[in-house]
Amino acid sequence: MEKTKLYTITVFSENTVGLLNQITIIFTRRAINIETLSVSPSAIKGIHKFTITAFATQSVIEKIVKQIDKRVDILKSYYNTDEDLIHQEIALYKIATEKLMAMGSIESLIRQYNIKILDMNDTFVVFLKSGHYAETQQLFEELSNTIGVLQFVRSGRIAITKAKVERLSDMLDAMRKIDENPVDN
Amino acid sequence: MSTKKMSGSQILIESMIKEGIDTIFGYPGGAIMPAFDALFDYRDKINHVLTRHEQGATHAAEGYALVSGKTGVCLITSGPAATNAVTGISNAMLDSTPIVVISGQVGSNLLGTDAFQEIDVVGIMHPITKWAYQIRRAEDVAWAVARAFYIAKTGRPGPVVLDFTKNAQTEEAEFNYKPCTFIRGYIPEPDVKQERIAEAAKLINVAKKPLALVGQGVILARAEEELKAFLEKANIPAAWTLLGASAMPSDFKLNMGFLGMHGNMAPNMKTNECDVLIAIGMRFDDRVTGNLDTYAKQAKIIHLDIDRAEINKNVQVDVPVLGDAKETLPLITELLHEADHQEWIDSFKVYDDKEYNVVIRKEIMPENGEMTMGEVVHKVSEATNHQAIVVTDVGQNQMMAARYSKHSQTRSLITSGGLGTMGFGIPAAVGAKVGAPDRTVCLFCGDGGFQMTIQELGTIMQEKLGIKIILLNNDFLGMVRQWQEMFFDERYSFTEIDNPDFIAIAKAYNIDGTLVTKREDLDAAIRDMLKDDKPYLLVVNVEKKGMVYPMIPAGASVTDVLLGDE
Repeated sequence: MEKTKLYTITVFSENTVGLLNQITIIFTRRAINIETLSVSPSAIKGIHKFTITAFATQSVIEKIVKQIDKRVDILKSYYNTDEDLIHQEIALYKIATEKLMAMGSIESLIRQYNIKILDMNDTFVVFLKSGHYAETQQLFEELSNTIGVLQFVRSGRIAITKAKVERLSDMLDAMRKIDENPVDN
Repeated sequence: MSTKKMSGSQILIESMIKEGIDTIFGYPGGAIMPAFDALFDYRDKINHVLTRHEQGATHAAEGYALVSGKTGVCLITSGPAATNAVTGISNAMLDSTPIVVISGQVGSNLLGTDAFQEIDVVGIMHPITKWAYQIRRAEDVAWAVARAFYIAKTGRPGPVVLDFTKNAQTEEAEFNYKPCTFIRGYIPEPDVKQERIAEAAKLINVAKKPLALVGQGVILARAEEELKAFLEKANIPAAWTLLGASAMPSDFKLNMGFLGMHGNMAPNMKTNECDVLIAIGMRFDDRVTGNLDTYAKQAKIIHLDIDRAEINKNVQVDVPVLGDAKETLPLITELLHEADHQEWIDSFKVYDDKEYNVVIRKEIMPENGEMTMGEVVHKVSEATNHQAIVVTDVGQNQMMAARYSKHSQTRSLITSGGLGTMGFGIPAAVGAKVGAPDRTVCLFCGDGGFQMTIQELGTIMQEKLGIKIILLNNDFLGMVRQWQEMFFDERYSFTEIDNPDFIAIAKAYNIDGTLVTKREDLDAAIRDMLKDDKPYLLVVNVEKKGMVYPMIPAGASVTDVLLGDE
């Protein structure tokens, strides 16, 4: 049996209504859960970038990516494993000020986890930590087990490939050439 | 360039005329009334066929597209009309049929408010279309129409839905139509890689036992001649999928028959004996492959397809050849050595003889007992000199029509393959006759499917379409009954039907008809049916418990062919 693994799927698309639906239904059909999802405008004006993570076998991910890529409004879709990527998530932790103070010094915690404090008042403190899933999770667990966490939120993964080729811009360059010399059919 | 202001509705129709559209299948209603009002002024340019249900409109558009190679068009209203069209659109998606469905929608200001007959059409259509788009402004109509037709017909064809809000129909904009020839990110025809062509040719040139599998891609690419040249150069035997039927004439010497669950024994058995399998414009559907774990494991597989997502989807291939078959086939042919393979071709005969002796002879030429479906199909095919367009419904009638009708020209078997839509038959025949008025159109359907879209008899009446309907009546949902007999201990759970007087129903629609209950009346009835170009219903009461053999049970290997009683 082929093993499942966490894959990161990157999708570049036109910024049109209903795009997310077009992508998610392809996962739905194969009963694959989306673990994380992050959507934002890309570096190229008018093009949106989706970063999706999901557990699946390589052969299933390949098929999903091809089926996403096939949609007319999708410009390019590909997948990577963690080794190909620089990736990051961001997490926010809301903690009761009183309980935090009761810990005594928090310097070691801040240093150990490289925490940023975004806000602080009489009732709560907000920590920010970025990192890989395991890192943000570890802090969450430590805080939960000691002083408790009032609210916790983690972003979807964002990722940049380590590859030397830039697949989308290369493709758009190629397409621009086709556009300038359209083939009548 | 001087431009003229027009309503969005008028722009829709003017744009379609620019796309060469002269036929629409439709059904008016509230949210599409402005478009229908505009259409009224174009009656001299556009033939609108009023169906009796929106499902019928979509199947008619499919039948039209399949026989003519043009894009079928539907014009329908919002809400229930759009949901009624879902079946036909899904059918077009699975069978790669180019249709454009324009459905009305409530005004933009009412979107998302659960307004009367409002439903999220684009949301519903995404999984079942190549492209679905909501037009909210009259300025976008020409652009959206051009894009819709470009997407529907290019690359691997498929259905497109335009959800046309009422305000966009009534508001005015300048008519400035430009055909669409390019969409960034959409690569309808992938670049052909010469090294893949060379690899494919190399494999075929060393093959001792090559077998080609011909799918609908050949027909969609209009590559029938290129296929023939390819097969003939190296004397390669070829078999066809259900939708690839008629891509090769039935009497073509390298045509080895029908693949899949109810296909011919020889090509199915030979799939697991060949050394090189060449799949051309087919997608290794489970009804063709059976159990993938035992499918063609001994063979090197070459897959020619225009759709990258089909490569390695079901079957892992050795040489993928992406591209349009009309382009890729001749490139491979050029590199082929002439070859013989006659011994290999002759080896098919053992299975052909066995199938003929055990199954075919008694199905198409029974000497006694009740009439059979195969017998009727065989006689109709003979009586039409194998020239007719054969439309089928779904089930036993479909498999019998596919097995026993012969074809002398392409685009001659119109059937619902991927979705297996009962009720496809009558409306698809409507579209086929509209798309090919000079050809004889014979529809084979069962008593079940006939009653799923029976109301389209009204369309046949109103349009005076000379469709020859052959109803193979066994008072059963025959294919399900066959499965119940074979796999469910003969527990005939809700498959027996009390049927109406079909001839009386046809008569009510002003369609002539005859009921045949005795074999000796069949030939005369078929002759009578074919004597003119008027609509006709021939009901033939066939054996109640007929079986379609050969059969490869679902999930079994292609070599596990059941032939029934020997």
